[in-house]
Amino acid sequence: MKTTDTSKMTFAQVESQRGLESALKMQPDEVRRTIADSGLKGRGGAGFPTSTKWNFAAETVGDLKYVVCNADEGEPGTFKDRVILTDFSDLVFEGMTIGGHAIGASKGIVYLRGEYTYLRQLLEGKLEERRRTGLLGKNVLGTSGFDFDIEIRMGAGAYVCGEETALIESLEGQRGEPRNRPPFPVNTGFMGRPTIVNNVETFAWVTCILVKGSKWFEKIGTETSHGLKLFSVSGDCRASGVFEFPLGITIKELLKKVGGENAKAVQVGGAAGHCVPASEFGRAIAFEDLSTGGSIIVFGPGRDMLHVAQNFMEFFKDESCGQCTPCREGNARLLEGIEMLEQGNCSMKYLRDLCRLGETMQLASKCGLGQSSPNAFLSIVEHFKDEIMGRIPAAC
Amino acid sequence: MLVSEREQLRGNIEAWVEQYGSNRSALIPVLEEVQRKYSHISEYVMQVVADILDIHPVEVSGVVSFYSFLGRKPKGRFIIRLCRTISCEMQGKDRVARQLENDLGILFGETTADGNFTLEWANCLGMCDQGPALLVNERIYTQVTPETVHDILEECRRTFGVYAPQLTEEYA
Ligand SMILES: Cc1cc2nc3c(=O)[nH]c(=O)nc-3n(C[C@H](O)[C@H](O)[C@H](O)COP(=O)(O)O)c2cc1C
Ligand code: SF4
Ligand code: FES
Repeated sequence: MKTTDTSKMTFAQVESQRGLESALKMQPDEVRRTIADSGLKGRGGAGFPTSTKWNFAAETVGDLKYVVCNADEGEPGTFKDRVILTDFSDLVFEGMTIGGHAIGASKGIVYLRGEYTYLRQLLEGKLEERRRTGLLGKNVLGTSGFDFDIEIRMGAGAYVCGEETALIESLEGQRGEPRNRPPFPVNTGFMGRPTIVNNVETFAWVTCILVKGSKWFEKIGTETSHGLKLFSVSGDCRASGVFEFPLGITIKELLKKVGGENAKAVQVGGAAGHCVPASEFGRAIAFEDLSTGGSIIVFGPGRDMLHVAQNFMEFFKDESCGQCTPCREGNARLLEGIEMLEQGNCSMKYLRDLCRLGETMQLASKCGLGQSSPNAFLSIVEHFKDEIMGRIPAAC
Repeated sequence: MLVSEREQLRGNIEAWVEQYGSNRSALIPVLEEVQRKYSHISEYVMQVVADILDIHPVEVSGVVSFYSFLGRKPKGRFIIRLCRTISCEMQGKDRVARQLENDLGILFGETTADGNFTLEWANCLGMCDQGPALLVNERIYTQVTPETVHDILEECRRTFGVYAPQLTEEYA
């Protein structure tokens, strides 16, 4: 079942416990400054600076605060969080504990997607071990006054619950419908308390930064996208699996590493991301160019890009929470449009209307799901018009 | 349902509420336990859970209808969820789907007459580099081929018995 060899990753070289030890020697604001100096940005996709989020939560007054690890990993083509949780969960739990110290929280929650229930036992075992060895519980590592424990909560099969406010709704026992923002979770999060929500990988890098230093991390990558990143690579390439690359790597370089040089297109960022044609393989994977939570799907020369678009739109139609009209109706209309293209019944004028609808969805949808769901459609229409227009349906 | 069964069900729910805390935030964990043990969430369960957590039953049914892993319709002992997302599609999930339908004699969305198997679609299961992927209850299978479908079903019949949900009510 396991195809990725993780033994050469940075995570395999970082000794657990050392990051937490060095964090507990610092004041909370020093920890946050260390993270700020490293330039770490969220690894879940949006790329928000981790230290900024933590500063907001630290500065908000609250009797209780929460550290939430987003392990909902539902973006199509993403599986690096599963690999991290399988092989390096200690680094994740440690990063959460460091976060607890940095913002003044005593409780952590891992929101694990229901599809990964088979990982739960392993993770509960790890948590138990950490409690036994004083890495969790009262006075963590003998630090008087710092209590921290972590609980695992299961999702129940809803992609939208990866969105941080929907995730909090779900933790509170509600339908996973995204909230209006502001207020942000750092002010009004779980149970109305200041809450930081970060991706699995983000917490693991926090631990590494505390061990190896902010300079080490800051020097890797580009001017605005620092450090290393895990990529989940699937599709038409010789070596699919999880890879660690510095941010700023170009698609071309990445394809060479995974044996996908003859690709005709690459989907960067999953269904919510963008479809990049071969002519743009010189572009960089970084927050300033092509941002991604790590999903890379390679399409070989024989792939039908309209089928790709259709698969993505079916996904969004299914996963839209239905709360707001642009997303609920828009995704259904775009999918219908794809079916018309498939039948060879779509005029150029109607296709343009659909693209305008997609742009409206990007602006008018309430949460990131509806704002990003037209991306794949729009980029496939833009780059593969020749392939998707004027189809002659298979003879009936 | 027999009175004693109802009492047992209520007892189980009370124990789970005890375990997860008697507040709204315990709702989904409690429902997940019910779903795992009974393979669906009946009107009666929703009423009991609402009573114990002191919320309106409509709130409970709103939550049940939102999450794809919770449902009020009884399902089979083994719920097979085949990934239909792009990477598995490119790796041949349609042929696996066809073979599952053939071997079980049902279509997606249906349950076999003996109450043993339910066939459903899932979105990306996080095994995209090893597709086609499917879940049987909580267990993951990767690189499934039309040929190995038969082995998976046989394995269910042989070894999953102990983990399978208890079927009361409609199927008992
Ligand atoms: C529809 C939707 C799904 C999301 N799914 C995830 C997810 O599975 N995991 C994740 O870490 N972030 C996900 N996010 C992003 C979160 O809202 C949030 O930005 C992230 O957890 C913050 O962590 P980070 O700053 O460490 O990346 C999703 C966002 C949207 C709009
Ligand atoms: S954009 Fe879509 S998923 Fe987000 S709140 Fe609106 S309907 Fe729900
Ligand atoms: S696409 Fe099937 S597991 Fe991700």
